[in-house]
Amino acid sequence: MTEYEIDENLDVRGESCPMPIVKTRQAVEKLDVGEVVEALSTDSGSKSDFDGWTAGSDDVELLSADEVEMDGETVYRFHVRKTQ
Amino acid sequence: MTATETDELASEVESLRARVEEMGEVGDGEEKMSIIATKGTLDMAYPPLILASTAAAFGWDVRVFHTFWGLDIIHEDKTANLRVNPVGPDFPIPNIVAVLPGMERLATWMMKRKIAANDTATVSELVETCIDTGVELQACQMTMDLMGYEDDDFPEEVTTGVGAATAFRFMSDAEIQLLV
Repeated sequence: MTEYEIDENLDVRGESCPMPIVKTRQAVEKLDVGEVVEALSTDSGSKSDFDGWTAGSDDVELLSADEVEMDGETVYRFHVRKTQ
Repeated sequence: MTATETDELASEVESLRARVEEMGEVGDGEEKMSIIATKGTLDMAYPPLILASTAAAFGWDVRVFHTFWGLDIIHEDKTANLRVNPVGPDFPIPNIVAVLPGMERLATWMMKRKIAANDTATVSELVETCIDTGVELQACQMTMDLMGYEDDDFPEEVTTGVGAATAFRFMSDAEIQLLV
């Protein structure tokens, strides 16, 4: 369905601001250029924060952001690619 | 346009071009944020640490200059024991009640319980996160001396032996400067 593969999975469910962004950044640091991390968050501020973070950083691109039901709660799912 | 005017314009363009090149050499392209952390209460420890770790996630060069009570945020024995001040406008109880014995402990306990219930990171976790993400935490030497703090009172990653001039120099070059 998607034209890219997930290279790394990050579960930050249950953590609140600023940890979802900080930990996703740490995961991105370990990626090679072009690779993608999937981050799962339950922090409702994440949606806006991931938009802002990826728009304001030179080396990441937000490929997708959606909401899924998981274990009875709303989970925000993000795919972030390291671009440089 | 006369030949003289053209020559003048040409030399003006040339000198401007030289200045632009010079400016390019001065700026290293990395964006910077400077935060001066002056408060040591539990609630006021959060804004500088959250903003600093977030800016680091954006790839910014971030320095937090801890001075006066802000030193307590990174003090090994105090980081985990910061308290809420129940007196004043920040806490929703009358001051006449807030000054009663035990209210500071009660307010601190209530806030810590809320922090845990909301899965908010603790101050210790945020200090560690800042260090891990490359935020430079600085301890103001003058206030360290004033409060009787030693280098050993802070994590080894903390920069000591710095003063207002160090902070000022970085601030003058930073896109964002905050006093918290």
